[in-house]
Amino acid sequence: MSARYSAFSPSRIAAMNARQWYVLRSSWPRILEIIYWPAISMITWGFAQMWVGQESGGTFTVAASTLLGGVILWDVLVRGSLGFSITFLEEMWSKNIGNLMMSPLTPLEYVLSLASMSLIRLFIGLVPVTLMAIWLFGFNIWSLGLPLVAFFLNLIVLGWSASLVVSGVVLRHGLGAEGMAWIAVFVLMPFSAIFYPVSVLPEPAQYVAFALPSSYVFEGMRALLIDGVFRADLMLWAAGLNLAYGAIAVLVYLRVLESARTAGTLLSHND
Amino acid sequence: MLHAAPAIEVDRLVKDYKTTRAVDGISLSIAPGSITGLLGGNGAGKTTTITSIMGLLRPTSGTVRVLGSDMNRERHRVLHRMNFQSPYVDLPGRLTVRQNIVTFARLYGVAHAKERAAELADELDLNEFLDRATSKLSAGQKTRVALAKSLVNDPEVLLLDEPTASLDPDTAGWIRDRIAAHARERGATILLASHNMREVERLCDRVIFMRRGKIVDDATPDELLRRYGRADLEDVFIDVARGTERQTETETAL
Repeated sequence: MSARYSAFSPSRIAAMNARQWYVLRSSWPRILEIIYWPAISMITWGFAQMWVGQESGGTFTVAASTLLGGVILWDVLVRGSLGFSITFLEEMWSKNIGNLMMSPLTPLEYVLSLASMSLIRLFIGLVPVTLMAIWLFGFNIWSLGLPLVAFFLNLIVLGWSASLVVSGVVLRHGLGAEGMAWIAVFVLMPFSAIFYPVSVLPEPAQYVAFALPSSYVFEGMRALLIDGVFRADLMLWAAGLNLAYGAIAVLVYLRVLESARTAGTLLSHND
Repeated sequence: MLHAAPAIEVDRLVKDYKTTRAVDGISLSIAPGSITGLLGGNGAGKTTTITSIMGLLRPTSGTVRVLGSDMNRERHRVLHRMNFQSPYVDLPGRLTVRQNIVTFARLYGVAHAKERAAELADELDLNEFLDRATSKLSAGQKTRVALAKSLVNDPEVLLLDEPTASLDPDTAGWIRDRIAAHARERGATILLASHNMREVERLCDRVIFMRRGKIVDDATPDELLRRYGRADLEDVFIDVARGTERQTETETAL
């Protein structure tokens, strides 16, 4: 028996994923929670889309056809973010974070394990909901094809960036800050132009919208659903902004981690 | 004469929390293969010292080296060779004992993690509840599992903060035997913070007393007993603690 050192180890990430999977599969309420809200949200907005489509006409009917797409893609962002945050919070709740910080697991490996677990949780939550959307409302988001990959990636990465910052804050200030994990991404909602074009927003709000990768994704989704055009330029803007925000989030996380080491909150956490 | 490099080397360590100085310029050097007790009353600076040695706390000034690595700058080079047990951490309660041990074996890069979990289960008598959720265990069983986690990588340096706190005498004695066995068989260096003087007498080759962030005594248990003219370490501990009170009273009067 011997312990080996390596600066980066995929097997440590796999060990963390296995550990996180053990927790998830041991609790059916946790799995139900992953599916519950996306399903409720999709059904509610599906009926709204159905009603608006039947009662209106012209442009409004066309615009209404994007409601379900908006709901499902918004859930990609929210669930991507929550999957990351909750997986992190599980370690805080179980007082295991000190064990991890004292193990050879590096901050990068830990963040990658949270991101990969977020993908697994997103898959569990969203795939059944997209299938329900086909069955109940005849809306098939998978028919968007390859552009959907660009939409998904841009939204997930934005969610991870927000959650990384929030995780750092919780690590530094304790579980009293955990509420931020649940609400952090919702501040983006009004400016992300999920159900309406950016042009509807007042001019100052438009500047905020254009600084968010998510607004480019939803504009891109509407271009694809309404005009049948894939706007690669919008996806490039979103990817560029995501790179910038991702880098900022990593720097903030590392800075807060150091601050937590200075304050001594890595081993003992207070509310 | 050649001396082996210290397993743990602390040089002029200072740690301030806002306006409080928790550790005040301590230096110590711990030889490989030794078991050292770190004693002192509440707030003496023991946990701050141990946490700094782990590299989980950034010192205000001074350096800490473990197995030659600076714990402030290059702790990841040495973390796979050390481990710890602390009352401030827990293992995930929803995981079974086996899942917890295997997870940490993999994190520590242990080859054949499942076999290592089985080996530790035999060694620490965990087989009876190996597949039970960790949250369902008694305090004594949880301590045994925490010890298994801390031994999973067969560490060269083991840091133990109150390893037998709140255990019944029988279980505590059993845990001490396992710790002593690990030190003997592995030649491991152990630093032990404890309030249990019987534990310290049973395990330690050397005892360091801390008070108000400073080291106030450092000797073998026998030497300390002679120095203080006492029959057991409990009385020595009380002498040291009362010395703190007398000093505080004097300072207040002044």
